Amino acid sequence: MKSYLILEDGLTFAGDAFGAHIAAAGEVVFNTGMTGYQEAITDPSYSNQLITFTYPLIGNYGIDATHNQSVQASCAAVIVRQLADLPNHYAQQMNLDAFLQQQKVPGIQGIDTRQLTKHIRQHGTLKAILTTQPLTVAFSAAYAAIKQKEAPLQRATYTTKQAQQHVVLIDFGTKKAIIDQLLAQHCNVDVVPYTTSLADIDALQPDGIFLSNGPDDPADYEMVLPLIQALQAKYPLAGICLGHQLLALANGAKTYKLQYGHRGLNHPVKNIATGKTILTSQNHGYAVAVDSLVDTPLEMTAYELNDGSVEGLQHKSLPVISVQYHPEANPGPTDALGFFTEFYDLMNANKAKKSSVA
Amino acid sequence: MPKLTNIHKIAVIGSGPIVIGQAAEFDYAGSQACLSLKEEGYQVVLINSNPATIMTDDEIADKVYLEPLTLESVSAILAKERPDALLPTLGGQTGLNLAVELDDAGVLAKYNIQLLGTGLATIKQAEDRESFKELMQKIGQPVPASKTVHAVQTALDFAEQISYPVIVRPAYTLGGTGGGIAANAAELQKIMVRGLSMSPVNECLIEKSIAGFKEIEYEVMRDNIGDKITVCNMENFDPVGIHTGDSIVFAPSQTLNDTEYQTLRQASLDIIDALDIKGGCNVQLAQDPNSARYYIIEVNPRVSRSSALASKATGYPIAKIAAKIAVGLNLSELRNPITKTTYAAFEPALDYVVAKIPRFPFDKFNTAERQLGTQMKATGEVMGIGSTIEESLLKALQSMEIDQTAINQLKPTSDTPDLAAALHVPTDDRLLVIFAALRAGYSVAKIHDLTQIDRFFLDKLAHIIQLQQLLPQDLAANYATAKKFGFNDAMISAVTNEQLPTLAPVYKMVDTCAGEFASSTPYFYSTYFGTENESEPLGNSILVIGSGPIRIGQGVEFDYTTVHCVQAIQQAGYHAIIVNNNPETVSTDFSISDKLYFEPLTLESVLHIAALEQPLGVIVQFGGQTAINLTKGLVADGLKILGTSLHGIDQTEDRHQFEDLLKHLSIKQPAGNTATSLTEAHKIAAAIGYPVMVRPSFVLGGRAMAVVHNEKELAHYLTNALHAAPDQPILIDHYVQGLECEVDILSDGHAVFIPGIMEHIEGAGIHSGDSIAVYPPQRLTLEQQHEIINIATKIGQHVHCIGMMNIQFIVADHVYVIEVNPRASRTVPFMSKVTKLHLAKIATHLILGASFAELGLTPGLLTPPNLVAVKAPVFSFAKLPGISTALSPEMKSTGEEIGIAADYATALTKALTDSYHFHGSHAGQVVLLTPNLAADNKVTQAIAHAQLIPRVLTADTVPDIDVKQVALVANTNEQQTAADPLNYFALSQNVPLFTAEDTLLAALSLAK
Repeated sequence: MKSYLILEDGLTFAGDAFGAHIAAAGEVVFNTGMTGYQEAITDPSYSNQLITFTYPLIGNYGIDATHNQSVQASCAAVIVRQLADLPNHYAQQMNLDAFLQQQKVPGIQGIDTRQLTKHIRQHGTLKAILTTQPLTVAFSAAYAAIKQKEAPLQRATYTTKQAQQHVVLIDFGTKKAIIDQLLAQHCNVDVVPYTTSLADIDALQPDGIFLSNGPDDPADYEMVLPLIQALQAKYPLAGICLGHQLLALANGAKTYKLQYGHRGLNHPVKNIATGKTILTSQNHGYAVAVDSLVDTPLEMTAYELNDGSVEGLQHKSLPVISVQYHPEANPGPTDALGFFTEFYDLMNANKAKKSSVA
Repeated sequence: MPKLTNIHKIAVIGSGPIVIGQAAEFDYAGSQACLSLKEEGYQVVLINSNPATIMTDDEIADKVYLEPLTLESVSAILAKERPDALLPTLGGQTGLNLAVELDDAGVLAKYNIQLLGTGLATIKQAEDRESFKELMQKIGQPVPASKTVHAVQTALDFAEQISYPVIVRPAYTLGGTGGGIAANAAELQKIMVRGLSMSPVNECLIEKSIAGFKEIEYEVMRDNIGDKITVCNMENFDPVGIHTGDSIVFAPSQTLNDTEYQTLRQASLDIIDALDIKGGCNVQLAQDPNSARYYIIEVNPRVSRSSALASKATGYPIAKIAAKIAVGLNLSELRNPITKTTYAAFEPALDYVVAKIPRFPFDKFNTAERQLGTQMKATGEVMGIGSTIEESLLKALQSMEIDQTAINQLKPTSDTPDLAAALHVPTDDRLLVIFAALRAGYSVAKIHDLTQIDRFFLDKLAHIIQLQQLLPQDLAANYATAKKFGFNDAMISAVTNEQLPTLAPVYKMVDTCAGEFASSTPYFYSTYFGTENESEPLGNSILVIGSGPIRIGQGVEFDYTTVHCVQAIQQAGYHAIIVNNNPETVSTDFSISDKLYFEPLTLESVLHIAALEQPLGVIVQFGGQTAINLTKGLVADGLKILGTSLHGIDQTEDRHQFEDLLKHLSIKQPAGNTATSLTEAHKIAAAIGYPVMVRPSFVLGGRAMAVVHNEKELAHYLTNALHAAPDQPILIDHYVQGLECEVDILSDGHAVFIPGIMEHIEGAGIHSGDSIAVYPPQRLTLEQQHEIINIATKIGQHVHCIGMMNIQFIVADHVYVIEVNPRASRTVPFMSKVTKLHLAKIATHLILGASFAELGLTPGLLTPPNLVAVKAPVFSFAKLPGISTALSPEMKSTGEEIGIAADYATALTKALTDSYHFHGSHAGQVVLLTPNLAADNKVTQAIAHAQLIPRVLTADTVPDIDVKQVALVANTNEQQTAADPLNYFALSQNVPLFTAEDTLLAALSLAK
């Protein structure tokens, strides 16, 4: 079946449909990772975005449910050059086509994804519609008519043997890998939706608070900022991606929209204190404005080597840290796993301080 | 970190002559690194004995030493130059070994020379099997269990403990011979008995077999502060068990999921951390296709063949960055030279698929063992870039320049009656065998069982065959799809006998970042899987056709001339565009030309590029026979050939036109004729008189050429030759015994300039590429030299040579012309280095209209400089079991070494050092020689004169002598291979082996 990707500026690509044969609307973005399509597709941060994979062959190793990053793929659509219809991997349970059908996510293949990527690079992130039917009404009307999805939020408890700490993870659309990394750090984890009250969180008696990743413009989450302000005053706190941006906003900094975002597995990040550079997994369309940090209690700890954008923050007086990139990997390099150890150490130090005060 | 300021002068060791396993990739890496060091303001002293390299050009280093790569020779240079530092990791294993020797001998300490880059302790730790294993165990990285044993029972006990299958690797045997894989105790028993007896130290390594695992490589870099990146990972199509240099390889990996990819990446980074690598490193790993288990196979702590491939596959210049790291710079402060806006601390993202296919010499050597294993046999490689596995693989296949019919039809190059057996025992033909099996109805599952190749890849091959089978059913309906998946028009018409108007591809940029950042890299590939063309025609451009994969007969010399042609075009004010498909070479470094098209060198692909670029003309004479062979098609399409015209080319290449030309000019040629049938051949040979030289017409590197002495030999030859080239007429010439010599000529179409006459030590009947060439002539009379100059000038003028030609002569009772090559030849780099004239550049300027006066040259013979230069061939016999080791009209050498000195004897001694490993007076006193040589007075007298002790042995005898007592081994039997015990003794222990009497006598003349 034919499928059409129509951009808001009129550029149209015709390809072949796969996955669910339904229409989709959202921002079209590109991801330069050469592996990790499944992790990206199930990452709630991609909610309502049409993901273009720049690597031309997608689906090669099929789908293995253990790699899902959330219970449901909330991205709007998947755009590839060539879909592997005969994947091969000992751990796969199904192919990508079948998975997307099951997840009700449409896909398009057979288009010049490099041309699309360059177009996004030059014109910035654009709105787009994916449809199997040519548009009969204006773009904006057609766009508005297509239902947007919600990122799946959790309320769940995860425990590990020999747990040393107890973390409340505020969920904006968390990746499973974040929970896995906290568990690996001997933390029990209570995941709560970001709408949870301070009192309910206090009642869980956490040793630390973790702000998850999530979709959309951080400015859309203004109602959460007071909660974050209250939490950082009481608990060691860490944030990733959207969590990092919200931490910045809660402390008076500003965020802005990047021209076309950082989505890939090869972003160099330089740590200011150590001078060392690591490669990171990234997926964000907004960033913290470095100039806006001036009058805040936050300071920059790391920056993206190529464009200088803020990649890490810490509070000048509180045990509060955050990163813009994804230290939990999945997909992507595992260079930054130390972030979780750092958070663990903050919680430990805080506990020690509290007990010595007591 | 700022770069090192305590050093000013850096010595770099090259990799020496090209042998199998160490080829043009080190010229690419070395040139890049030297330029990179110069860019930082350091003085560079380069030592390499291989003249056919760009790295030994005067622009690349401040001082170039074309000297042997021995401890003695390099020590002397270091003593004289007194560099502050030495960079050893760019010259392959040769450079690395020499650095270790220099260190062990205390030379580095004596002259206070600092080693740059990865340290020697690391190198030793990475290369010593035991200490590497210990390190891996320390950092928790899995290596296959192994144990060194000296008795069969110990092997059996250990195998029981680690479970079968196990690999047996006998120590110090040639190419790992005597080893094998044992699936049970009985098999192990058998292999061990054989292995222990073949190992000179009675030692075998028993290792847990991981044959059948996925073989994965990571090219990693680490800097002085410990920042590290992976430039590229690659997945071998062939599972563990076939040397990666002989494997078909894809970049990036195709079948690893993200967890596996990242696990192996992290393992590679942990290893280079533990080793304290500073620069580039190659890590080879094995991934179990059925579980998360993986093993580390090995680490190469230097730039390598794989790093060259990774550089070309991604655009990330590993050697260049490694050199910067060596002088103290770090990844996060170096710019990515491709984007110029991002940094070197970055991992390239590909938005295309790269396929590499190795090029083997078995088209020339039909007696060689074609089975692939752990010993590398390929001489070169090609790379294809495309949007899919199918497209990149078929593009690479189109670049191979092996049997064209076989490629076009996707069928094996030799008869394969038993497909199952052929699938089970992999040879260079395996890809085509799989295609044949798929056509014959073999299921992917069955082929997987027989080959262990991942089904993901086999399904892609099945897709190709499915498309091939659809084509004849309905060409119009399937044409576009076939093109999209990599079929070219020749492949399509081979199965349809129909021709449709050709479809043009689009061209995409290789930019390291999958389009994420703006980039202006002039590096493009074609694809039919896309709609947007990114390559803007340059205008005012000249297209240069490269020489394709390196193979015996067409080596790195032709890449050298291609690069020089490009440089001259740029000097003359035009844009130079290169088309080539060899990832190892300097010419495919995108910074060399104004634009690089990494494409098959087929007429179709060149015509598509020409249609887009509309060049002023095409230059074909620097890309070897590959480029020359395209001339006719290019002209037919209306393209302008710059340089000698197609007519001129035909006059020298077409047998009849050539005969007419020589007759017309009253130039002598050995009597000869062309036969198209067996009976005709016998008649002609009888008429001319034996011995006769026979060969198929239009051959390169003397392929299938032979001297036959009687009717019986002729009959035998013809049966084989007609099989190798069934449609080709056979040329039969009288074999004139005499002194062989050759000249390269340069001409503007009127006057002729001759840089020099090269005289061969070996007589006619041994391919010029396998002969030792001496310049200036030592034996030719002045009169003979004049005659050669006259003839060369006449031919040059008469065919209106514009640019270069090569003419070969035999001097006997008269001066005979045996061959004219209407192009730059193998000897151009050698003569360029010796005369200090950049001949290919000069020729290019002539092609572009410059006059000799403008170039400051006087036509006629150049007055020889006051020195003697010798070019000696280098063979890779030890790597190619089964091929004849006797020198013959069929070329066998893979590389060359130069020796330059004030006198002939010293020059020859130097030239024989890295080629024949002949160290003159340093070796033992005994000459082991075959009975036929012992019966030869000239030989026995020469041995006596050299005060050496002859010892006669038949070739099938294992010499019972301490290798230290042996000066050399000589075997001139017509039938001989590396497996003959006498030859095996020499080749496995680096004792000089001479298989031609003329070479032997020349060497003996040097011994005191």
